[in-house]
Amino acid sequence: MIAYSTAQLWTLIVLLGLGTFLVRFSFIGLVGDRKISPYLRRLLRFVPVAVMPGLVAPLVVWPQATGGAPDLPRMAAALAALVIGAYTRSLLGAVFGGMAVLYTALALM
Amino acid sequence: MTSHAFRKGFLAGLPFVLVIIPFGMLFGVLATEAGLNLAETMAMSVLVIAGAAQFTALQLMQDGAPLVVALLASLAVNLRMAMYSAALAPHIGAAPLGTRMVLSYFMVDQTYGLAAAEYDARPTAPLADKLGYFFGAVAAICPLWYLASYLGAVLGTRIPPALALDFAVPITFIAIIAPALRTLPHVVAALVSILLALALAWMPYSLGLMVAASVAMVAAAQTEIWLEKRG
Repeated sequence: MIAYSTAQLWTLIVLLGLGTFLVRFSFIGLVGDRKISPYLRRLLRFVPVAVMPGLVAPLVVWPQATGGAPDLPRMAAALAALVIGAYTRSLLGAVFGGMAVLYTALALM
Repeated sequence: MTSHAFRKGFLAGLPFVLVIIPFGMLFGVLATEAGLNLAETMAMSVLVIAGAAQFTALQLMQDGAPLVVALLASLAVNLRMAMYSAALAPHIGAAPLGTRMVLSYFMVDQTYGLAAAEYDARPTAPLADKLGYFFGAVAAICPLWYLASYLGAVLGTRIPPALALDFAVPITFIAIIAPALRTLPHVVAALVSILLALALAWMPYSLGLMVAASVAMVAAAQTEIWLEKRG
C-alpha cells in the first residue's frame, strides 16, 4: 500500500505528467532542429536499461511479501520472465510466463 | 494531415492493440491494488501516458520513497523520449506550435517507433503526410491505453489477494527490459545497475538506485565506444 497523502499523490502525478511532457517536447518544441551531442544520445539510449534492473533487483532478492526473506518461487519467476523475454522478445509472454512459474512454484511449496 | 497517410498510420498501429490492452489493464489493476482510486489511476494514465514510468512511480511509492525520489526516478525512465524528440524534430519541426505540442504529448514508444521507421523510409514526404501518419498511429494506440487502464482499475477492486500480485510489478519490469538486452552494452548496463543497486540498498531515500543507474549508463556508453574502436 502507498503511504502518500492525497495531496502528495496528486503532486507526483501532475509533476510527472508535466515533466514527461517537457521531455517529449524538448527538441520538437524548444530546442528546434538542433543536433544532440553523440555522447548524450548514447547515454539517453541506455537510461531505461540502467534504471529498471536496479529498481527490480532488490524486489526480487528481498521480496516484500516474505518480509524481505529470499524466496525461491519469486526468484524462479523472475528468472523465467528474464529468459522468456530475452528469447521471445515478447513483453506479455514474459509477464504471463513469469506469473505462471510463480503460481506453479507457490502451489508446489 | 492527409487522410491517406492517417489511414496508413492507423493500420500500422493496430497490431500494438495486443500489447497495449493487457499492459494498460495490468497498470489499472496494480495501481488499484496499491491503493490508488479510479480518478488517481486515470489521471496517471492520461497525464503521464508512459507505462514504464507509471510502474516505476507506483513501485517507488509502495517502497515508501520520498516524493522527490519517486518523481526523479520515474522521469529518468522517460528521458529516452528526449532522444525520440530529437529524432522526430527534423521531420515535423515545421508544423505549427499547437500541433507540435499535441504531437509531443502523444509521443510514446510505439508511435515514435512507427513514425521514425516511416520517416526514415520516406524522408521527403510532405509534412501533411508525416503528421497524418503519426496521428493515425496515435488514434490506434493511445485511446486504448486510457480504456485499458480504466478497465483494469475497475477490475482491480475484485481481484483476491491470493493471486500474489505483489510480484507482478517486478515481473513486468523484467519483461520490459529483457527484450532490450540484445547487445553487450545493454547487458553491461543491466548488470552494473543490479549489482550496485543491491550493494547500495543501505543508502536512504532510494539514492542507491540513482547512483547505480548513473554508473550503469556511463558503463554502457563506454562499453559501446570500446566495441566501436575495436571494430
